[in-house]
Amino acid sequence: MIEFFNEYMIVLIAILLCIIMALVRVIIGPTIPDRVVGVDTINTIVIVGMVIFGAAYEEVIYIDVAIVYALLSFISTLFIAKYLEGGEF
Amino acid sequence: MIFDIIIYIFLGIGVFFNALAGVGLLRFPDVYTRLHAGTKCTTFGSIFIIGSVILIGLKSWWFSNDTNGSVLAIHSAFALIAILLTNPAGAHAIARAAHKSGVMPAQAVIDELQDKPIEKKTGKKTISKTAFSKKEGEQ
Repeated sequence: MIEFFNEYMIVLIAILLCIIMALVRVIIGPTIPDRVVGVDTINTIVIVGMVIFGAAYEEVIYIDVAIVYALLSFISTLFIAKYLEGGEF
Repeated sequence: MIFDIIIYIFLGIGVFFNALAGVGLLRFPDVYTRLHAGTKCTTFGSIFIIGSVILIGLKSWWFSNDTNGSVLAIHSAFALIAILLTNPAGAHAIARAAHKSGVMPAQAVIDELQDKPIEKKTGKKTISKTAFSKKEGEQ
């Protein structure tokens, strides 16, 4: 129906390069909060990639997966932050 | 058609700001500045990219009466709302956890949250220490 296949593949490849740049920070990060920042950025970019993938193939189920992934990554980020503070759950 | 031009412009702006987030994560010297790059740039870029997907859904719904397009637009809007609500809260939690776990900013001289000067260790960081003692002497 919508013929945006090539353009969306270009956008997905550019987003994949952004994920690789954030992954380098996750690997070489000097402290633990650096790695957490990298993982948080990767989560947001993966959500955007899922939405673009769903629009490219006209499958709405990918976008539902993106919503659930956003909420679960938020909860995981909060738990890691709480663990770094040294507080009790 | 003007919708296609707007969609391409939005995709370009979004990819540009996501690339800026990656470059900022690699180039900035500090946890807090990296958090600044990695959170705000990805939020702004994802607003534009998901906005272009919403425009594609609305275009498919409006011009060719495809109900799949309306579902695409509404679910993308919910994903955008989820990102906009959760991303700043997560960034604030990470920054607070980093400060409580003892990570200080790279070129900071004084810790204003606890009203203490930061004790630097070696190398070029002694410059900032002398700057702080000079400032204290002036007071």
